[in-house]
Amino acid sequence: MHFDLTDEQRDIQRLVRDFADQEVRPVAAELDREHRFPYEIVAKLGELGLMGMPYPQEYGGGGTDNLSYAIAIEELARVDSSVAITVAAHTSLGTWPIYAFGSEEQRQRYLPDLCSGRKLWAFGLTEPEGGSDAGNVRTTARLEGGEWVIDGAKQFITNSGTDISGGVTITARTGEGEISNIIVERGTPGYTVEPPYRKMGWNASDTHPLAFDGCRVPEANLLGPRGQGFKQFLQTLDGGRIGVAALGVGLAQGALDEALAYAKERRAFGQPISKFQTIQAKLADLATEIEAARLLTYKAAILKDRKRPFTLTAAQAKLKTGRLAVRAAEEAVQIHGGYGYIEEYPVCRFYRDAKILTIGEGTDEVQQMVIARALGA
Amino acid sequence: MKICVLVKEVPDAAVEKRMDPSTKRLDRSGEKNLNPFDTHAIEAAMQIKEGGAVDVDEIVAVTMGPESAVRALHKAVSLGADRSVHLTDPALAGSDVCATGYALAQVLKAESPDLVLLGQQSDDGECYTVGAVVADHLQMPSLTQVIKIDVQDGKLRCERQAEYGYDTVEVELPAVISVGDAINEPRYPSLKAIMGAKKKPLDTKSAADVGIDPSRVGEQGSRTAVLAINPPPAKEPGEIIEDEDTDETVQKIVSWLEERKLLA
Ligand SMILES: Cc1cc2nc3c(=O)[nH]c(=O)nc-3n(C[C@H](O)[C@H](O)[C@H](O)COP(=O)(O)OP(=O)(O)OC[C@H]3O[C@@H](n4cnc5c(N)ncnc54)[C@H](O)[C@@H]3O)c2cc1C
Ligand SMILES: Cc1cc2nc3c(=O)[nH]c(=O)nc-3n(C[C@H](O)[C@H](O)[C@H](O)COP(=O)(O)OP(=O)(O)OC[C@H]3O[C@@H](n4cnc5c(N)ncnc54)[C@H](O)[C@@H]3O)c2cc1C
Repeated sequence: MHFDLTDEQRDIQRLVRDFADQEVRPVAAELDREHRFPYEIVAKLGELGLMGMPYPQEYGGGGTDNLSYAIAIEELARVDSSVAITVAAHTSLGTWPIYAFGSEEQRQRYLPDLCSGRKLWAFGLTEPEGGSDAGNVRTTARLEGGEWVIDGAKQFITNSGTDISGGVTITARTGEGEISNIIVERGTPGYTVEPPYRKMGWNASDTHPLAFDGCRVPEANLLGPRGQGFKQFLQTLDGGRIGVAALGVGLAQGALDEALAYAKERRAFGQPISKFQTIQAKLADLATEIEAARLLTYKAAILKDRKRPFTLTAAQAKLKTGRLAVRAAEEAVQIHGGYGYIEEYPVCRFYRDAKILTIGEGTDEVQQMVIARALGA
Repeated sequence: MKICVLVKEVPDAAVEKRMDPSTKRLDRSGEKNLNPFDTHAIEAAMQIKEGGAVDVDEIVAVTMGPESAVRALHKAVSLGADRSVHLTDPALAGSDVCATGYALAQVLKAESPDLVLLGQQSDDGECYTVGAVVADHLQMPSLTQVIKIDVQDGKLRCERQAEYGYDTVEVELPAVISVGDAINEPRYPSLKAIMGAKKKPLDTKSAADVGIDPSRVGEQGSRTAVLAINPPPAKEPGEIIEDEDTDETVQKIVSWLEERKLLA
């Protein structure tokens, strides 16, 4: 086992780190304050090839491994979580099912636009009645005259309502005990993107409820074989968790970066607060936890790259990093004292952005279920 | 037109630089990167190529350095160079500025470019001189600290940073031009370029391959020798004025500045 990144992985890390510092950092607070979607940043990320990293170049993707992708998400989240989740949800939840389960025709139709970032794609699994119990799908799709007629609703769907959102892949009940994934393009009559939520954080990320009311799409919009929807979304979430875990690592690292810099500057009792043992203990613990969480996350990505089972490791990484992100943001605010409670300091935003990481793409309790199941408990 | 860009691998800006007391050379064991000034030189080459005023057939990145220096070439290629040349040979280790300039000029002679671009300074050696030495060996005009290049009728119109303002200079090709960081805003390498960097042609040359006279390079061939290295004198501690009465504080600062004749 060796822990060196390849030349390409290091260059990608440096590219995204530079990009995040120069393009995202100066505007992150403003985008958050104004709840403004980062269109310009997404366009630039697209130009650089960062909106479809782990997909083959023949579809316009970057042709990278999953570890490079995780590193990129980590570097973005180190500076801003809204931007990071926009990329992660688009790549892992939006684009992946089309790439993994789509027909060649569907891939050709959608992937070039998605990988270039010209369009965003969403994944609609969660419903008003249930997120954790995602198999209990209430949205229905019935075949009628060569078309699927969709009725139902989806809740909290990322990237569904931007000016460049191309559509959503939804899970729907297509028969008794049968779930299938269906592609719904934006602008299809009967498909409504409802007004956005007022969220605790991720303010520059786009999240909406979706309504389907007699929405008709061609029969060919079925993704993969009929009845495979349950398996498909579980697999999608497995991969998605690597991205979200990387987001947790990045957020925690960003919080530590801010806390360390602040602790070295801020003075109390005649010395920098970084010289107080209790502050040092916090910083040391965080640095250690972050390194452990990072290794777990990278391992999940490497397992996926080697086509080995990674469900367990991805769930562990997601569980570990979500909690760590919440804790790191909290400690970072604590180290900032009153200033940490003021929006001028990035840790204030980090604190609000962190909490979703123990909830989205499977709550902590759901990760525990997945992990316990793997243990045979 | 063919442009050669000289690029150097240097310790990353984030790494604290340290001299190795035993070799009296820079400790280069840490994270390394392409010399930031050289990214401006590559960008300048790209802008000439994309500007359309002249046809640029190829941009070739050239470095002299140990095996690890290929990373700087990959980076240069990911930023737009079409191919690269790596001059590497144990005989070259420890070369001083004159020896480095001579060795690089030998590579350039074999390439016969119409324009040689390079950074005005490296982030480690910081001698600001390689360009001039190379130009001398190639018997080409040399411009340094250039912050603007325009192609006009096959000639270059350049602005070079002067102490006050800038000089406008016209130069005929072939020429050697070192650029300052004000010349442009280097682009990011695209992901595709990063992934493809290793697929672009890279020639590895030994000293003999480019006809380098071994007696003129390396530690032995260098006519300068480092006798001793000393850390710069520690900065005097500043004077801290506690602000109790602001009028008084301002008065103190003003008289401090006046004592040193810093106020006009
Ligand atoms: C900003 C944001 C963006 C999102 N983006 C998307 C998206 O793009 N696509 C998408 O499909 N979804 C998305 N979601 C939804 C998210 O994945 C769900 O909110 C999450 O899975 C939890 O589902 P729920 O909200 O219905 O909570 P519930 O499932 O109702 O859970 C409530 C509580 O009960 C616990 N619980 C439930 N079942 C069990 C059990 N068996 N054992 C123990 N505890 C249990 C949960 O852990 C939780 O604490 C997003 C959510 C947010 C807030
Ligand atoms: C501690 C120390 C002591 C030294 N002592 C001496 C000494 O006594 N006498 C002496 O002459 N030199 C000495 N040097 C200089 C050393 O040999 C130089 O680092 C080297 O020759 C290159 O010069 P530079 O990096 O300063 O180039 P600069 O002139 O600052 O660099 C300008 C540009 O030249 C190009 N360039 C420079 N080096 C290369 C390369 N290897 N390959 C490709 N392009 C390149 C790059 O484009 C760079 O931007 C010393 C250096 C150090 C660190």
